[in-house]
Amino acid sequence: MPYRLNLMICTGTACVSNRAFDIIEALEKEIKKHNLDAEVAIVPTGCNGFCAQGPIVVVQPDGIFYQRLTTKDIPYLVEEHFLKGRPVQKFMYRPPERKEPIPVMSEIPFFKDQMLIALRNRGLINPENIDDYIARDGYKALAKVLTSMTPEQVIQEITASGLRGRGGGGFPTGIKWKYCRQAPGKEHYVICNADEGDPGAFMDRSIIEGDPHSVLEGMAIAAYAVGAKQGYIYVRMEYPLAVKRFKLAIQQARDYGLLGKDILGCGFDFDVEVRRGAGAFVCGESTALMASLEGKVGEPRAKYIHTVEAGLWMQPTVLNNVETLANVPVIILKGAKWFSSIGTGDVSENPWGGSTGTKVFSLAGKVNNTGLVEVPMGISLRDIVFKIGGGIPKGKKFKAVQTGGPSGGFIPESLLDLPVDFDALTEAGSMMGSGGMVVIDEDDCIVDMARYFIDFLKGESCGKCTPCREGLRAMSEILNRICEGKGQEDDIDKLEELGRTMVDCSLCALGGSAPNPVLSTLRYFREEYEEHIKQRKCRAGVCRALITFTIDPEKCTGCRVCAMQCPQQCISGEAKKPHRIDQSRCIKCGVCYDVCKFDAVIRK
Amino acid sequence: MSEQLVVDEEKIQEILHRWETSPRFLVEILQDIQEEYHYLPREILIEVSRQLNVPLSRIYHIATFFKAFTLEPRGKHLINVCMGTACQVKGAPRIIDAVERELAIKPGETTKDRKFTLETVRCLGCCGLAPVVTVDGEVYGQVTPAKVSKILKKYD
Repeated sequence: MPYRLNLMICTGTACVSNRAFDIIEALEKEIKKHNLDAEVAIVPTGCNGFCAQGPIVVVQPDGIFYQRLTTKDIPYLVEEHFLKGRPVQKFMYRPPERKEPIPVMSEIPFFKDQMLIALRNRGLINPENIDDYIARDGYKALAKVLTSMTPEQVIQEITASGLRGRGGGGFPTGIKWKYCRQAPGKEHYVICNADEGDPGAFMDRSIIEGDPHSVLEGMAIAAYAVGAKQGYIYVRMEYPLAVKRFKLAIQQARDYGLLGKDILGCGFDFDVEVRRGAGAFVCGESTALMASLEGKVGEPRAKYIHTVEAGLWMQPTVLNNVETLANVPVIILKGAKWFSSIGTGDVSENPWGGSTGTKVFSLAGKVNNTGLVEVPMGISLRDIVFKIGGGIPKGKKFKAVQTGGPSGGFIPESLLDLPVDFDALTEAGSMMGSGGMVVIDEDDCIVDMARYFIDFLKGESCGKCTPCREGLRAMSEILNRICEGKGQEDDIDKLEELGRTMVDCSLCALGGSAPNPVLSTLRYFREEYEEHIKQRKCRAGVCRALITFTIDPEKCTGCRVCAMQCPQQCISGEAKKPHRIDQSRCIKCGVCYDVCKFDAVIRK
Repeated sequence: MSEQLVVDEEKIQEILHRWETSPRFLVEILQDIQEEYHYLPREILIEVSRQLNVPLSRIYHIATFFKAFTLEPRGKHLINVCMGTACQVKGAPRIIDAVERELAIKPGETTKDRKFTLETVRCLGCCGLAPVVTVDGEVYGQVTPAKVSKILKKYD
């Protein structure tokens, strides 16, 4: 019997950290108490995307959206809404600028402008139940492919759709499959790259946690197209829940005969193994990932011979990103024409001619609505940051949006109307990357951000080739000295020269794109570098050597909160009278600035 | 580290079995050993090298290459401060400073009483909760330097 209400509870990593499982327990208890077991079902789902508002419960079929619930709220919620039928306003989402809440999920600005293909099942299915996936047309595309299409037709369809690699490379997926199919070899392999290493990116994690079967189905279709019998999923070990859900999904698919020998009685064999990465950013690079799968150190090799011809164990191998694979079943079902009508450019003759379909971005940093968004290619950055993201918190001024992770760059306000696609972002000196988008505001120092990425990459460079290893070390040294107020006149020239050398001479994409954070900030924010070097000034108030904390005697009420929290105990003064900071002992930790309720601490 | 580690032969056998006693699973084998012992003890790596017939140097190459592995014993509680971009812009470096002040250890170090180990992680992918700290896997979101001591007190 169908349930009267379905409570869809997000159990992605972020909501779980916000105690989603306690909410489930409390709901179960209250529902039982009111004898509603037969009418109200609780469905744990994958990530809803609106991570900052968790834990989230969406009540279907009406789509009522409840947020930031605590276990204390549950008895009231169950009684009012689920028993008496009165949705509870106080738990609904309320945008910052208005008083009235928005009850229905699809009308919340964060969700309204999204278009879901890769995330088509988000919040609608239980990721740990294969029947839920099948009920939403799951494995139908695999059945269609196996029963009515030749591998060549599959490749043709994917090529015509214009689907390009969502991991950041933007290589046309169909072309990759074609080369792999044509390459001679004892065995062919399909690998799913789930080593989502970019800091600030969590699209792939959310797809796996919310809809693992969509990735498995995509892999099986890829395997049929290229002629592979064995697939591997390489997941980073920092994502334990994703590993668990993949393993469960594989087992369920095997039990249903959707993986293993003679799939759907069509004579096609394919199975998948999950392997954990061990925390190396460079393993997102195809050859390094394959080396790691072989039980070796994850170092890239020069790609004179492409991995589609000689990849894993020197056999023809197709490596696709999680999101790319999740798109595949939908393209097979709805057709290449439909897919290529979404997005920018014309891919009918040249698969590089445009960016079709949608892209999932993880929006984080200084933005009101942090979370996961899927939007059609070609949407402007301004729409993502301000319409969907709801702008910058606390009325601060937007400075830049960082796209593409450590290999990407910073895009300034003047380019916010840029359409988001592979080529436009590359032209602007950044890149699509895997889809991380971190917004920074006037309180973030651009030099410090560049230093952050270079230090990250310095630690992650495998050290095999000199331009990357030594170039990053030299860049890091220069950036650190600029941040410490010891910058030299010719430091900017040196950074640019180092950057050019690394782009031209590095072995793999990690080194080749590593200077991007520096080069793009030099392109758009050169004056901030110059201020640091010439005037010893950090306008954002971040670089410690260049700032001081003082107390404004006009605003200080002498409440002593800062004095009590100061780890150096260097703030003194009489109660209820203005206080002072002893500059000689101040370590510039900024605790006083954070805790002052009267904005009396000045950071300059 | 003067204490002599007792090598549990059976445990190693079991882990190796899980991975077909094959060198192609070396990365996975080391992960399981680390899960068991919370670090990679030298005695056990020697045993693995012997059983798999792989040079010890190759095992050490892997053990020192990947960030997940550590060759030093860790403290009772493992503090991980996320250093992802979103956490960075929301103040992760100052969270590290606060832990350093509180426990007098730097990232990668363990307190003298072996109670806490401080480590940083590249990105936990909970960017919506930034800045994020985990203690023994328990996730704390929207942490401020002032909140650090309160969190650590729970593990005293």
